[in-house]
Amino acid sequence: MHLHDLWFVLIAVLWIGYFFLEGFDFGIGILTRTLARDTAERRVLINTIGPVWDGNEVWLLTAGGATFAAFPDWYATLFSGFFVPLLLILVCLIVRGVSFEYRHQRSGERWQRNWELAIFWTSLLPAFLWGVAFGNIVHGVDIDADKNYVGTLGDLLNPYALLGGLTTLVLFTFHGAVFASLKTSGEIRTRARAQATVLGLATAVLALVFLVWTQAHSGNGWSLAALVVAVLALVGALGANRLAREGWAFALSGLTIVAAVGMLFLSLFPDVMPSTLDPAWSLTVTNASSSPYTLKVMTVVALVFTPLVLLYQGWTYWVFRRRIGVQHIPAAAHH
Amino acid sequence: MDLAVAHETISRWQFGITTVYHFLFVPLTISLASIVAGLQTAWVRTGKEKYFHATKFWGKLFLINIAMGVVTGIVQEFQFGMNWSDYSRFVGDVFGAPLAMEALIAFFFESTFIGLWIFGWDRLPKKVHLACIWLVAIGTSLSAYFILAANSWMQHPVGYRIDPETGKAQLTDIVRVLTQNTTVVQVFHTLTAAFLTGAAFVVGIASYHLWRAKRGKEGDRKRTAAMRTSLRVGLAIAVVAGLGTAISGDTLGKVMFEQQPMKMAAAEALWDTQAPAPFSVFAIGDVTQGHNSVELEIPGILSFLAHNDFSSSVPGINDTAAAEAAKYGGQPEDYIPNIFVTYWGFRLMIGFGMTSFVAALIGLWTTRRTFWLAPEHRTGEDEPPKLMLTKKREMNVFFTRWSWRIGILTMGFPLVANSFGWIFTEMGRQPWVVFGLMRTRDAVSPNVTVGTQVVGLATLTALYAVLAVIEVGLLAKYAAAGPDTTEQPPAKDPTLRGPSDDEDADQPLAFAY
Ligand code: HDD
Ligand code: HEM
Ligand code: HEM
Repeated sequence: MHLHDLWFVLIAVLWIGYFFLEGFDFGIGILTRTLARDTAERRVLINTIGPVWDGNEVWLLTAGGATFAAFPDWYATLFSGFFVPLLLILVCLIVRGVSFEYRHQRSGERWQRNWELAIFWTSLLPAFLWGVAFGNIVHGVDIDADKNYVGTLGDLLNPYALLGGLTTLVLFTFHGAVFASLKTSGEIRTRARAQATVLGLATAVLALVFLVWTQAHSGNGWSLAALVVAVLALVGALGANRLAREGWAFALSGLTIVAAVGMLFLSLFPDVMPSTLDPAWSLTVTNASSSPYTLKVMTVVALVFTPLVLLYQGWTYWVFRRRIGVQHIPAAAHH
Repeated sequence: MDLAVAHETISRWQFGITTVYHFLFVPLTISLASIVAGLQTAWVRTGKEKYFHATKFWGKLFLINIAMGVVTGIVQEFQFGMNWSDYSRFVGDVFGAPLAMEALIAFFFESTFIGLWIFGWDRLPKKVHLACIWLVAIGTSLSAYFILAANSWMQHPVGYRIDPETGKAQLTDIVRVLTQNTTVVQVFHTLTAAFLTGAAFVVGIASYHLWRAKRGKEGDRKRTAAMRTSLRVGLAIAVVAGLGTAISGDTLGKVMFEQQPMKMAAAEALWDTQAPAPFSVFAIGDVTQGHNSVELEIPGILSFLAHNDFSSSVPGINDTAAAEAAKYGGQPEDYIPNIFVTYWGFRLMIGFGMTSFVAALIGLWTTRRTFWLAPEHRTGEDEPPKLMLTKKREMNVFFTRWSWRIGILTMGFPLVANSFGWIFTEMGRQPWVVFGLMRTRDAVSPNVTVGTQVVGLATLTALYAVLAVIEVGLLAKYAAAGPDTTEQPPAKDPTLRGPSDDEDADQPLAFAY
């Protein structure tokens, strides 16, 4: 295996990790309006991700940084080509980050209401936009001989990509609802399970269409296997959720994300950004990658530090393993 | 404006605005993390309430600040690709590595342990909880290290070769990139400057509370105790860090003189080569013209800054520009950065930053503790200190009042100094984005239209302006409120296994969003 193949896998792993983790973060943000009935319940939901959302977001930063280091041309083409959607995502992530931290800093009702609205919208939009972005990456975009994206903003909003956006949006919300049922106690937990069923069924429809379309357009044997896993995992997650086996449901909704995003990467390989203008202009793991020396350095760094990261992030989840209910929410978060 | 120029200019404005903005929060984050960690250590070791209150108070301000540091950092990570794609293609092989390391090594560290610290007061044993904030502090400094290694490479590229096939930079020696002298000195200078920034911030807010307490506006002795300790800690750090900043700045000047002689000449608006070269304290008249009309100069000092002696020759702008034109082609004036900005940026950096240092030095002396004072002038640890000139002589009312005011006024000075330092560093490097290898005008994304860029610039600037108002409002609110002295430390030390009995399990969280 070439190092640039390994790095393709590692970057896929980083994105998968990001969507697995921030997937339920986004879901929780969206559920603050659809599941929570009052401020106390909203705060229950927000606090289930309170200690971890920042760490989850770093998966994105690492995916970005690793792409820059291992595939500079991929990084350059992707980020300059998708300028406007990325700008929107950036704005959302900025506002979302401060919302968590600032919402409870003042007691005024309007103040808190505004930040809560911000949490909802800034979770919903990126959950949708990431799907659009990945839809376009897999499907291919207009890339010229200089590796630059020459299409328009409108080109990015094609039906396939929009369907991808809807799929991630609903899938992440489903994942978030399952997470909520796993991390809360009391009445909200029961309702989270009920919503998860509805969301899971909606996901099943959307994901099936989107993934089969992907398979038909750019699939191969491996991606077909991943598709099957994704579908089975989703069915399993729905079943476990029905049986109130919340741990299993969460593991399986997570596996759905892993397999679905994994499938996108598998159908991409060995391209990293196919060109629709001329296949010869596609960015591939070979023509977009860094030199072997850089990849070697980065491999060593990744081998040493990734296990460490997994270890202490895992430990965080263990420390905050307790379920949260309305009775745990202090009257005023500030003094 | 010419479209090509507009393309470059807008990208530069966007980069300048977002990065300077990011760097308003970063120095405070770096230093407050350590200061809070230090105060919490004092609390864990002594059990004294004042340290607990101080930890909580500065911790709160720290969290309000770090939230902005984190979110503005995301833009930093993306904008190289968005606005500077040709740059990213050209340098990615070298420049991407430290950036990826920063994310993998430093960001995960900070972000994970900050979560544990914020929510862990009633979950983690005291000492484990304390370790978390120290790990955050280490993470922030590591962050600075990796990103500055990347920046140093732009100032002085090492450990690379130009790939003959692709014409792009290729990494050949990562160790050199991470340990070259530019990196080491820049890290030292930036970190000491960060500590000066945080210390001045602490001194300013503590001065505010002590001054009010002194005027009888506040009777809370516990608050005074916490603020008095904070003041002393802040003053001490400001003095040490200020000294460190000056020493490292001097070293950085020498490194810079060797690596980027034009920047040194521009910093001094030294048009013609001189031996010995003077240091220009200020100039009236247009420094961008070849001659300055009125100037105050200290003879020989520039020679010293560059060479460590008072007489050697320092090449001027004209000679350096001619030499660069001969080396890289083009006209000499292509190689002259904006002299007005570099000249004044350098002076404002030193001026603002060092004012805080001097103020802290005086403050450290006048607020000294009992040991150096006659018994009748000693004040209790929960009373505001008297400002003592000599062992027996208190400062008069007028100067006392102004001392506290100066403490408050100079609170943001190092922050200003930091911004000007960076503006000087980055603009003094022009026309290069990577010195000697790539020009800024060749670095921008060719396929991003001017219209799109304007949208990006306007969106981010507007968002940043709104967030600045909110952030300053929150900081001011909590800074003015002072520590909550009714708050008590957790009654018993939590264990890692968590609460076992059901009664405990229904307790409200010690901290919740
Ligand atoms: C509180 C802030 C502060 C203070 C008081 C100083 N500096 Fe500074 N300086 C910075 C904050 C800073 C900075 C913002 O952190 C910079 C920008 C880039 C860097 O590495 O540090 C900087 C850059 C910088 C550079 C340019 C480096 C380059 O272009 O690579 C030089 C030569 C100096 N400084 C020299 C000094 C001297 C001689 C000082 C005083 C005696 C001094 N600085 C005080
Ligand atoms: C690793 C760290 C940094 C990198 C890689 C970096 C890189 C760059 C790049 C690519 C540009 C655009 C080209 C140019 O106009 O010079 C730039 C400009 C600029 N940067 Fe930096 N920079 C870094 C750190 C900083 C920091 C921390 C600040 C300030 C807080 C800063 C301030 C600026 C400013 C003000 C400009 C605009 C200069 C101009 O308009 O001419 N930079 N920098
Ligand atoms: C222009 C290049 C820069 C990039 C790409 C960049 C990137 C980032 C990112 C992505 C974050 C958020 C991390 C998180 O989510 O936890 C961040 C925060 C931070 N950055 Fe920057 N940064 C830049 C300039 C700088 C400079 C020059 C310094 C220091 C000298 C610095 C120091 C920090 C620190 C200490 C933090 C941590 C505080 C926090 O998490 O808020 N950054 N940066």
